[in-house]
Amino acid sequence: MKTFFISLFTLLFLNLSAQDASSVLEKIDANMSSKNRIFESSMTILGKRGSRTITSKSYSEGTNRSFTEYLSPASEKGTKMLKLDKHLWIYSPSTDRTIQISGHMLRQSVMGSDLSYEDMMDDRKLTEVYNAVVSGEVMYGDRRSIVLTLTAKVTDAAYYTQKMWVDAERFVPLKQELFAKSGKLLKQMEMKDVVQIQGRWFPTSIIYKDMLKQGDGTEFRMTKISFDQKIPEHIFTKASLKQ
Amino acid sequence: MKLALKLAYRNLMGAGLRTWLNVIVLSFSFVIIIWLKGVMTGWDHQAKTDMTNWEIGGGQYWHSTYDPFDPFTITDSHAPIPDELKKREEAGEIVPMLLVQGAIFPEGRMMPVTIRGVNPSQNILHLPVKELITNDGTIAAIIGSQMAKVSQLKEGDYVTLRWRDANGTFDATDVLICHVFSTNVPSVDLGQIYIPLSTLQEFALLPGEATLITLKNAEESATEYPGWVYKSKEELTRQVDEMIKTKSAGQTVIYAILLLLAMLAIFDTQVLSIFRRQREIGTYVALGYTRQQVVGLFTVEGSMNALLAALLSAAYGIPFLAWQAKAGWTMPIDTSEFGMAIAQTLYPVYSLGLVAGTVAIITITTAIVSYLPSRKIAKMNPTDALRGKLQ
Repeated sequence: MKTFFISLFTLLFLNLSAQDASSVLEKIDANMSSKNRIFESSMTILGKRGSRTITSKSYSEGTNRSFTEYLSPASEKGTKMLKLDKHLWIYSPSTDRTIQISGHMLRQSVMGSDLSYEDMMDDRKLTEVYNAVVSGEVMYGDRRSIVLTLTAKVTDAAYYTQKMWVDAERFVPLKQELFAKSGKLLKQMEMKDVVQIQGRWFPTSIIYKDMLKQGDGTEFRMTKISFDQKIPEHIFTKASLKQ
Repeated sequence: MKLALKLAYRNLMGAGLRTWLNVIVLSFSFVIIIWLKGVMTGWDHQAKTDMTNWEIGGGQYWHSTYDPFDPFTITDSHAPIPDELKKREEAGEIVPMLLVQGAIFPEGRMMPVTIRGVNPSQNILHLPVKELITNDGTIAAIIGSQMAKVSQLKEGDYVTLRWRDANGTFDATDVLICHVFSTNVPSVDLGQIYIPLSTLQEFALLPGEATLITLKNAEESATEYPGWVYKSKEELTRQVDEMIKTKSAGQTVIYAILLLLAMLAIFDTQVLSIFRRQREIGTYVALGYTRQQVVGLFTVEGSMNALLAALLSAAYGIPFLAWQAKAGWTMPIDTSEFGMAIAQTLYPVYSLGLVAGTVAIITITTAIVSYLPSRKIAKMNPTDALRGKLQ
C-alpha cells in the first residue's frame, strides 16, 4: 500500500512537473519569440590573442527569414547574410559575389566566433522541439531560477538535451547548456542584461561558448532592438544582398 | 655504305676534341632524357600502385550522389550495401566504407574532418585498420602522418570527435588515436580519421549503410546496382594520367633545350667541316662520287656523333640509371602537400621502348641536322672546290 502511494505521488509529481515545465517553456517562447524583430548588435569574439568586435544590423521574421548586414570593422563592412528557410547566402563586397552556404560549411564558425551558421539558423520555438521537466530551483546570481532539463521530442533537433536556468519571475533563460546525444557538453550560453522591451523580458547580452574549443567565447550584445515592426518585403530577397 | 662509315669514322676520330665535345653534349641529352622520362614512368607506376593499395583497390562502387570534389554531397551519400555485395564482403572481396562529416578538437582547435568507417577485419586496403580493434570499449581511431602533423596528434592521444547523425543531431565522443600510418596518397590521409564501420554506422544512425564499396579485383563486367555507380580503376586513376601528361608536356621543353644545344654543336661542326674541307669534297667528286654520295658521306659523319654518343652514354649512363632505379631520386621539396599520390623518393622505371625511342629520336634528329648544312655541297662547283676556292 505504501509503495502504491509513493508511486502514485511520484507519478503525480512528475506529471505536474512536466506541466509546469511546459508552461515555463511557453512563457519563454512568448518572451523570446516574436513575429519579427529588428536589432543592432555587437559581437565580441574573445580569443586567446585578444578580442575583436563586429557590429551588425539584423532583420528577422519568424524562424525562417532573416537578413543581417555587417557594419564594422572595415574588413567586414558591407558583408550581408540572408537566410530563407534552410538556405543561407552570404554576400562579400570585396569580391562582389554571393555564395550559398550549405553542407559542412554550415558547421564553420561565423566570422571566427563560437557560433556556427547552423546555430544562427536553428531558432525554432523551444515548445516545438523539446519536452521539459523541472529539475529544481536555485539562485542564479541574484535571481531565483527554475532549472529545466529539456529532451528533444523531434528527431531533427540539433542538441538532444539541454539544461536551462530560467528566471522564475521573468521567464527568460539565464543560462543554457547544450549537450550531445552522448551527454557531452558542447555549448554554453549565458544571458545577461535582461530588460523589458515592448512588454516582454529579453536578454540583451548573450555569451556563447563552444565548450570543445579554446577561448573565452563570444559575447553577443544587442544595442537596439524593436519587435513586431513593419519590415519591407524586399529585405528578404537575394536582390537585397547586392544593394 | 661500308666505305662511307669507314670514312666518317676516320674523319670523326681525326677531328679529335671537337668530336668528343659534340659526343659528350649529345650523351648528356641521352642520359638526362632517359632519366627524366624514367622518373615520370616511375611516378606513374608508384602513384597507381599506391592508390590501388591504399584507396581504390580493383575499382569502386560509389553512392550515386557522392562526389569527392563536392563536400556538399557527402551528407546525403549513403545507402544500404546491396545484398549481393554483402555476401562478397563476407568472402573478403569488398570493403564498404561510410563517410560522415565531422570535426575534431585537438587542444581546443576545431578541425573539420571526414570520418571514415572501415571494417577492421578487411585486408584489401593497406590501411592498418586491425589497430581499431579494442577490448576495453575504447573507441580507437587511426590517422595518417600528415593529418597527425597538421592536428599535432600522436599515438596515445585522446581527441574529441563531433558529428551529426542522420537526423542532424549533434553527438560527440572522445576517441583514442591508436595508430598513425604513413602513406603517399594524400586523399586517404589529410582531413581523414578512421574508426570501425559498425561504430560509425551506430553513431550516425545509418546501420548497414556505406558511401563507397572498394573491390579487391577489377570487374570485367560491372554489375549495376540501383543507387550505386561503378568506377573502374582506370577512371579512378585518370587524375594521375592527366597530371603525368601535363608534367611530361612541361618536360618536353627541357628535352628541346638539351637537344637544341647538342644539335647546335653538331650543326656548327658540319658547317665548319664543309667550309674547311672543300678540297676534299672536290677530290671526292673528281674521283667519281656523285654530289648526293658526298652529301650522304657528310650526313653519315654527322649522324655518327649520335652513335658514338649512344656508346658513351651506355658507358656511364647504364651504371648511373641502374643506381637511380635502385636508390631513387628524393625530391628536394616536401611532396606531402602536392595534393596527389606522389612519394618523396621516386624510383625511375626504364622500359626498352623508352630507351629505344629516345635513341631513335636523337639519332634521327642528328641525321637531319647533319644533312641540312651538307645540302650546300650539292650546289658546289667541283672545279672550284678542288682548287680550294671559297664558295
